[in-house]
Formats: sequence, structure tokens, C-alpha cells
Amino acid sequence: MGFQLDIVTPEKQLFSGEVDSVLLPGAEGELGILPRHAPLLTALTIGELVARRGEEELLFAIHGGFAQVLPDRVIVLADMGERAEEVDAARAEQARREAEELLKKEPPPEARAEALMALRKAQLRLKVARRQRPHRPPEEHS
Amino acid sequence: METLREIRRRIRSVQNLAQMTRAMEAVSASKVQKAQAAVLATRPYAHRAWEVIVNLSGVRGIPLHPLLTVREPVRSVMMVVFTSDRGLCGAYNHNVVRAATDYARRLGVPVRYVAVGKRGRNILWRLRAPLVAQFSGLPAVPRLADITAIARLAIDEFLSGEVDAVLLAYTDFINLLRQRPVVKRLLPLRPTRLDEQAVSEYVVDMKPARVTDYIYEPSPEALLEVVLPRFIELQVYQAALEAAASEHAARRAAMRNATDNAEELIRDLTILRNKARQHAITKELLDIAGGAEALRQLQGEMVL
Repeated sequence: MGFQLDIVTPEKQLFSGEVDSVLLPGAEGELGILPRHAPLLTALTIGELVARRGEEELLFAIHGGFAQVLPDRVIVLADMGERAEEVDAARAEQARREAEELLKKEPPPEARAEALMALRKAQLRLKVARRQRPHRPPEEHS
Repeated sequence: METLREIRRRIRSVQNLAQMTRAMEAVSASKVQKAQAAVLATRPYAHRAWEVIVNLSGVRGIPLHPLLTVREPVRSVMMVVFTSDRGLCGAYNHNVVRAATDYARRLGVPVRYVAVGKRGRNILWRLRAPLVAQFSGLPAVPRLADITAIARLAIDEFLSGEVDAVLLAYTDFINLLRQRPVVKRLLPLRPTRLDEQAVSEYVVDMKPARVTDYIYEPSPEALLEVVLPRFIELQVYQAALEAAASEHAARRAAMRNATDNAEELIRDLTILRNKARQHAITKELLDIAGGAEALRQLQGEMVL
């Protein structure tokens, strides 16, 4: 017996379907959710979300938001998010390098926080993209 | 009477014009669809987020969040007016600005305007309305990231006490032929009075939120702090998308009218051209006939 998982962002619905378990990037640490979990409302941080359905593993990059957990369903309201298949690894890699460059220059605190955020997002995208396609080497850059 | 060549040139130029307006009509029609699809795509999130807000604000023992608190009396108001950057869309911009200013006049308290779109900014300027900010350059179908600055401004002004309410004036898309300017309240949000809440119009098939005892992580207050700004952003986003759909629909209608007018003009000009041509032919024939007659008379005289 699984449960219903919905992942929505303000711009679109990312996923809707039955899964057996889900791993959430909770603000206070990773959360593994199995069916019949106690009702829970939790904030989410930037991290990967892993949903399992039988042998299948579904990966999503989640950039903050919150999740509503009920015994028979989980609703993830992500500020931003994408399926691993949708991640543009080349763009993420470029964003990562740009953020790193910026951090090296020791920017003012505000810009620094922004760059750190961008870096975390890019790293997450890369991680998710690599896990999704383990047999394919990371894309080359010239 | 114009010469044949002049009329032909005018027909050609009107034909070119009609071709362009026809193309713009088609482009606008496709943009309407994109904007409409984007509005629909925001609904699942709006629905869920709303449920969470209703639930959280019902938690006992936490103070009402400032963004949910109604202030009485309302001393000043901020009005965000959604218009377009470009023209050629009929009365679209004037209608929404008029709806906004009419509403403001009835309020009877000072209203500061935020113009989204260059056209609205220009109209408000001419009206000498107090503009506090303006945003322009939104894409044809905006993304959420394009409007977060607008939402941020609204939240900041409201929380700082500069204004006691924030209103959104935009054009509601009904269908390709009908769009209606509306004014809706953005802040304060009032989750306890569902029926009156502007939100209920966005959130379709809204059921009363389930009464569930949740475990809150980290805390109800902290969660509200996360979800409220998101929800407010989403409302601004939905207004921007409705406005975008309406703008393109208005432009499509304006372009259709222009195309129809051009075609009518071409018909009239074609008749005029035919007349001019016949006139020219008749004149030529008369000349020839007259010339022949004159020649014959001349010859007759000479024979005599």
C-alpha cells in the first residue's frame, strides 16, 4: 500500500501519483515518509527529494518550500523545483562556476548570501542530474 | 480624381498593412492561450497553500500574523495597476486605469499607485496620480520570478505601516471577446472570512480545510512566515497572468478590427480603381474617336 504524492510549484504541477515512500529535504533534516505517517507540516530546504515506487526511483531537485504530510498523502509545495530528467546539467555547471567565481572575490554580505544560495542550487541540480544518469559521464565543457 | 497609379499604390500599401495586422492577430491569439495555460497551472499550488494558511492561522495560541491583520480605520492604500508596455490594444489600458481611479475615489482615503506597464504609468502621470513605483518590461507571459519584486514591495509597504491595505487592479480574462477590469484586495489576507476573500475566486473547488492536528516543524509561526509571502506572490502572479491574457486578447480584437477595416478599404479602393480605369479607357476612346472624327472632317474639307 502506497500513498498519494503531489509535488507542485507556483508555476506548475511537477508530479502527481502513487508512491511507496518519499525522502524529503526537511528544514530540520531529512525526513523519510512511509504510509500512515502522523500529520506533519514542515518547511523544506534546498535539497533532493527521492520518491520510490516499487523498484523505480524518482528524483527531484527542490529549492525550498514546505510539505504537508497526511496518513494517506503527501503534498509538497516547492518554491521551485524540477524533475531530475529536466535538469540542464550544462547550465547548472555554468551557474556553479559563476557562483564560485563570485565567492572568491569576497563580495559584500548580501551578495555573498545570494551567491551561496545560487551555488547550493547549482550543486543540487548537478547532484540530482548525476544520480539520475549514473552510466553517463558528466557533460564535457570546453 | 486620383490617378490610376496612385490608387494602385494605395491598395498595395493597405494590403501590406492588412497582412501585418493579420499576423499580429495570430500572434496575440497564441499568447492568450499561453497565459491562460499558465493561470491554470498555478491553481493546484494556490489551492494547497490556501489550505495550509487556513489551517495554520487556526492554530490556537499563536498571535494573528501581521499580514492577516485587518487595520481599522484604513488611512492610506496602495493600488497596483496592471497595464501593458505596448499599445495597439484598444481601450485595454484606459479601462483598467479608470476602474482603479474610480475605485480609489470612492475609497475616500489617499491612494498611492504602483504602475506595472509603461502605458499605465503614462496615463497615471497625465492624471497626476501619486506614483510610488513602476515596473515595466514584463515578458508576454510572465514567470513568477518576474513579479516577486512587486509582491515584495507590497508586503514591505504594508508591514511597515506605510499603507493599511494593498489592492490589485487588473483585467480579468473572461474569454477572447470579454475582459473585465477588476479591483481586488491583496493585503491584508483574511483566511477566516472565506466567502468575502478575494482568494476564493482563484482557488477553485475549495473545500473547508481539514481540521487536522499537525506536528509543526519548526513551528506554526515559522511556517506561516514561509507560506504567506509565497501565497501573496502567487496572487500577484495570477493577477499578472490574467492581465497578460487580457492584454493579448484585447490586442487580438484590435488587430482583427484593423484587418477588417483594411479589407473594407481594399474593397472600396478596388471599386475606385476600376472606375478610374474605365474612366481612363473611356477618355482614351473619346480621344481616339474625336481625333478620328476631326481627321475625317478635315479630309472631307480637303476633298471638297
